[in-house]
Amino acid sequence: MFDYHALAPELIVGGTLMAALLADLVLPEERKYLVGVVGIVGLVAALFPLLTLGFCEDLGFCSGATERVMFGGSYVVDDFALVMKGLFLVTGVISILMSVGYIESERYYQGEFYWLIVASVTGAVVMASSRDLITVFIGLELVSGPAFLLAGWRKGDVRSNEAALKFFLIGVLSAAILLFGMSLVYGLTGEITFEGIRAASATLADEPAFVMGVIFVLVGFGFKISAVPFHFWAPDTYQGAPTPVAAYLSVGSKAAGFVGLLTVCYLAFSEVASIWGPALWLLAALSMTIGNLTALKQTNIVRLLGFSSVAHAGFVLVPFAMAASYDAEGLQSAFFASITYLLVYAFMNLGAFAVVIAVAAKTGSAELDDWAGLSRYAPVPAVLLAVFFFSLAGIPPLAGWFAKLVMFRAVLGGTGAWGAALAVIAAVNAVIALAYYARVVKTAFMDPVPATVPLADAGAPIAPALVLALGVTAAVVVVAGFYPPILSFFGDAARALAFGG
Amino acid sequence: MDFPVLTTLIVLPMAAGVAVLLLPRRRPELALPVAIAASLLPLGASLWLLVRFETGVAGFQFVEHVNWYEPWGISYHLGVDGISLLLVVLTAFLFPISLLASTAIKDRVHLYAASMLFLEAGIIGVFLSLDLIVFFVFWEVMLVPMYFIIGVWGGGRRVYAAVKFFLFTAFGSALMLAAILSLAFVARDQLGAPTFDFVQLLGVDLTRTAQFWLFAAFGLSFAIKVPLFPLHTWLPDAHVEAPTAGSVILAGVLLKMGTYGLLRFNLTLFPEATVDLMPVMATLAVIGIVYGAVVAIVQTDIKRLVAYSSVSHLGFVVLGIFALTAQGLQGGVIQMINHGLTTGALFLLVGMIYERRHTREISQFGGLGSVMPIFAGAFLFTAFASVGLPGLNGFVGEFYVLVGSFLSLPVWAVVAATGVVLAAVYLLWAYQRMFTGPVTLEENRGLSDLNAREIVILAPIAALILFLGIYPKPALDRIEPSVDAILQRIEQTTDYRVPDFGSGAVVDLVGEHGE
Repeated sequence: MFDYHALAPELIVGGTLMAALLADLVLPEERKYLVGVVGIVGLVAALFPLLTLGFCEDLGFCSGATERVMFGGSYVVDDFALVMKGLFLVTGVISILMSVGYIESERYYQGEFYWLIVASVTGAVVMASSRDLITVFIGLELVSGPAFLLAGWRKGDVRSNEAALKFFLIGVLSAAILLFGMSLVYGLTGEITFEGIRAASATLADEPAFVMGVIFVLVGFGFKISAVPFHFWAPDTYQGAPTPVAAYLSVGSKAAGFVGLLTVCYLAFSEVASIWGPALWLLAALSMTIGNLTALKQTNIVRLLGFSSVAHAGFVLVPFAMAASYDAEGLQSAFFASITYLLVYAFMNLGAFAVVIAVAAKTGSAELDDWAGLSRYAPVPAVLLAVFFFSLAGIPPLAGWFAKLVMFRAVLGGTGAWGAALAVIAAVNAVIALAYYARVVKTAFMDPVPATVPLADAGAPIAPALVLALGVTAAVVVVAGFYPPILSFFGDAARALAFGG
Repeated sequence: MDFPVLTTLIVLPMAAGVAVLLLPRRRPELALPVAIAASLLPLGASLWLLVRFETGVAGFQFVEHVNWYEPWGISYHLGVDGISLLLVVLTAFLFPISLLASTAIKDRVHLYAASMLFLEAGIIGVFLSLDLIVFFVFWEVMLVPMYFIIGVWGGGRRVYAAVKFFLFTAFGSALMLAAILSLAFVARDQLGAPTFDFVQLLGVDLTRTAQFWLFAAFGLSFAIKVPLFPLHTWLPDAHVEAPTAGSVILAGVLLKMGTYGLLRFNLTLFPEATVDLMPVMATLAVIGIVYGAVVAIVQTDIKRLVAYSSVSHLGFVVLGIFALTAQGLQGGVIQMINHGLTTGALFLLVGMIYERRHTREISQFGGLGSVMPIFAGAFLFTAFASVGLPGLNGFVGEFYVLVGSFLSLPVWAVVAATGVVLAAVYLLWAYQRMFTGPVTLEENRGLSDLNAREIVILAPIAALILFLGIYPKPALDRIEPSVDAILQRIEQTTDYRVPDFGSGAVVDLVGEHGE
């Protein structure tokens, strides 16, 4: 007998997929946005079982273990899984909200668009609970498959085609590498579940084939989280893809990659942290530095956000990088830091992309030069732009500062020169990042308006769904900045994974 | 619990800023009057604070303490002592004045007024915070509105100046954040639980090496803000390009955040490093005094001249602080207030003449004394205060600083004294070129003298300049206990003995005092 309560979010999202397909079939062309509404309702409905599961003891539904282990340990619903599922569902909802006006104006197959987003979110939700190699892989493919299609949605646009093709080829390549690594790991340990691999791997740390397997798995996920040197697809894809899709990719898809990486490292490879610790150190340092330095030179906002998201991937990795030298408490603190960073990043990056959509509708372009003097004719989007970009830069009292704080705290909590070196690299990068975020704000507030903008219809109101997306993300970014426990509570709940492992 | 007056002081300007933003956009003329009226509220609150403050007590008063993020020991902890009290009052005092002097701002006034009010909240927060994370948050918060004020409403090279200001400060804060976290980790190991609470951190025992590095990280961040030579290069750009009100706030209170930080955190948390590095900091301060003054002499732009004079004056403050004597520290604190008043007034005066002539080149003026007698008088009065003429406030601060530093660092004090002479050179020479003699340029002939609004702006500052110059005792009485407590702490934790009159002990840095 299955634990239907534990599986309820997946079942609801699955049902939503069916309903969305059906709705798309019967709805007339001008009502296709209702498919998006179906998607939103379904995703929001799936949040409720998360709450009942998370607080099930308080609510008196269930007794005993809060961890629900299913399918022979392959599928686990614990606090970590619940938090990440919540993040994916919310990301999905906000992505759809951002898309409604955008896709409507493009007149391309609206119904399928929303369906594909929900499908991708389903994969991410599955990933959060996966505790064996095959389930993780299937989840990851379910995240990526629909995303390939979404990236190429504007099929008349060469850039969008390029984006989809690049994303697809890289996605396939990384999947192959990931599978190769997994097969090595499976071959040497004879186990598929993380728990089994952990138990079998203690003696394998010096086995070259196993080291190779671990490294290949890391590389495979490295592509998904667009860490340097596996990042080059990301800015091109973000720029070419429809902007809401870029938002989803930079948050939902990336977070899914992180979930895979975190669970694999902590649960399956926890005995061999000496292999992946230094590798992640390098990935973190490179991602931050190269991501930020490249972002400095960007003239297109979406590309800039693309490189900045590469850099943020590095920041998320920072706490992990010293994992090999941490004790149990340090590991927990690192885990907490990464999850909290990811949560904060999700909201501020989605918000930043939402602003880009809103502003691009007024300026007709995402080139930074065309955004000059934005605050003169569109004060509210300009202020929101400042809010999200300064939050990304880590300026209090916006949520980003707390993410940076937990990150620094985790890495400084360790001992040794490597941790200190990484902290210094992170600190320097935080300042570099400030330079280009501040430049965007500078352009919007301090430069004169160019002759070609704003567009004639710049005064048109922003799509209501987008307003909602902006409102939600801005509220979270501001409130969590003033009162960080709102988000860190979830990071706190999720840290149990590192402990249990 | 008593009425949370300190929180009120922070929340009032913040709420006023939001309110100004919400004013109807079609009525830009409302923004400034509303902002001015709103900024009188924190002034009132700060005056209430001043009256209710218990003189002669060293510790923090009006303390508020609420847990903010318990697992890490971050708490919303506010308090005021003799050092921060006057700075808070100065801040609340200068904001209505600089808003009143902002009538030249016509573009996006809402945003401007709101930025100023947010800035006020941030600055007051910095002076009141007793938790290092909260302090850091406010420290960063004030960066953004200042960035906008310089960058949006500034002069020709405003964007360059704004970005430079932003990056310099941000670089310092990144280091400071790392230092704050390291301090908390040491605290966790020693006290059992992590804490960022300033008062608790005083109980943490740091090794000499740790003190040195933490002093360096905090000190660098504060030294950029002061600015201490050779980190001052952002200052002339920022001051010159900022709008008048921005310059007033920048010089008047923002720079004091640096010296305040040195005094509040470096001296108390890292006393050993303070004693070790005393000659280094004093040397940098003295270089700043002389260098700032010499560079000021050769400026052709009057606003740039005043900007460089700030480098020189702030050097006096730092010298006073690192003299580590009762007189030096008191002089340092009172000099912070004095500089806020006199330099603030000088920037206001420069702004007034700029609004009339749209130039700040000294050579473009001449003989203004006969055209604008009130303006000339006000300028001379302020210049004398800045130079340190006895009877005006500048004298009190510089005298205390020089006496205090002579006790512990006689050579430094002698060199610093030349700064007083040089100050007379650059300010009075500028006065001579601008105001005396016949009117040389036709454009200057029809200039109108100060109007009623401008006199209202300047009068309160002039009154305070005179008051503090003649009767500084009320201010000094409030500063003294807090300053003495800092020195006592240094004496308790190090071998250093504070020299005083009659002790006959000129400090020797090994720590064995005379007799």
